[in-house]
Amino acid sequence: MNLPQPSPPSRGPSFYEATARQRVNRLLDAQSFAEFLPPQSAHSSPHLALLDLPGALDDGVVIGSGTLGGKPVQIIAQEGQFLGGAVGEMHGAKIVGLLQRAIRDKPLAVLFLVDSGGVRLHEANAGLIALSEIMRAVLDTRAAGIPVFALIGGMCGAFGGMGIVSRLCSAILMSEQGRLALSGPEVIETVAGVEEFDSRDRALVWRVTGGKHRYLMGDCVALVEDDVEDFRQTIITLLAQWQENPPEPHALRAEQERLTQRCQQFSGMRDGLEVWAALGVPNPQQIPLLERDALVTLRQGLSL
Amino acid sequence: MDQLTFQFPAQPCKPSAKASLCGVVSSGNLEVLITQGGQPNGCEVSIHTSARGFAPIWQAVLADFAAQHALGGTAITINDMGATPAVVTLRLGQAFRDYCGGAQ
Repeated sequence: MNLPQPSPPSRGPSFYEATARQRVNRLLDAQSFAEFLPPQSAHSSPHLALLDLPGALDDGVVIGSGTLGGKPVQIIAQEGQFLGGAVGEMHGAKIVGLLQRAIRDKPLAVLFLVDSGGVRLHEANAGLIALSEIMRAVLDTRAAGIPVFALIGGMCGAFGGMGIVSRLCSAILMSEQGRLALSGPEVIETVAGVEEFDSRDRALVWRVTGGKHRYLMGDCVALVEDDVEDFRQTIITLLAQWQENPPEPHALRAEQERLTQRCQQFSGMRDGLEVWAALGVPNPQQIPLLERDALVTLRQGLSL
Repeated sequence: MDQLTFQFPAQPCKPSAKASLCGVVSSGNLEVLITQGGQPNGCEVSIHTSARGFAPIWQAVLADFAAQHALGGTAITINDMGATPAVVTLRLGQAFRDYCGGAQ
């Protein structure tokens, strides 16, 4: 038997499958990560204990500082496996504290590894307040001239309040596996019915919220492979040339105007396929099958 | 949720890290944190588990692990969401190996 063996793609560890701690350790320079409020200091949720649920020692988020290509950065990584990466009071306080510390310490950037379905419903208003505080802190950090980059490629994507937080960041990097939206697929189906959106149709979910769609729409600056090393190299390249534009009211109004027009342009469309056709993609049904590099080339050819 | 505590006699261990953490609190999984404990010849284990009524199984799994590893001088904290005994033993092994300077 002399069957030709397809050569496996030479990829490093999957970002999607890694835990928050594995992502942090592999993304930053080796041995450079110093964690703030590590698990042995046990900052777990007081609310979960009241509900008779076991908490996590880090409340589902890892924060700290380190170096990336020798440059100082600070980092936040949500653990999607713990309660869907949902934001509770302690979880949110750790993120806000890190962002406030970044304003003081002035790292080159804050890397925000988002992996969350949004607010932690167990904690109700405390979780919602935490999310609003994170939004404010992201804007404050950017106003201080420190870019905040959202890295989305985990199993929970970035939904609900964390979808908003991601879009408030300086820029978003996504893998194809990543998803970004406001209401999650199951929420839409619950509220508006399966005719509106079938959350069990995984291909549809990715065509509407996935990394490829977000990249074609210009919602993320880079589409990276599902590989921690590719996230690392992309963020190093991006940082080397980054000029942070602190959020200004006139720029935000212009962005709001652009999004309103976009909403009208694609109004009534029900699938990424229709949107891609409207963008001028010649064979929209081919998009889900394309490799990353081919998709990047295709997007460069579109007059967006 | 059950809150359990156990103590086992054990040979003193030689830690190379201040603490080690393995696993994530998610369905069928658990996190295991090993830190320095108060007794050189004993191991203290504290467990929060979502699965009620499994104290005898925890006792058996932990006693077995304590008999096979020099856990003396450690304190083990566990947050569990219904992990099976095999997963518990696996995570304990990973955390203990990191604590004593094995892999990573």
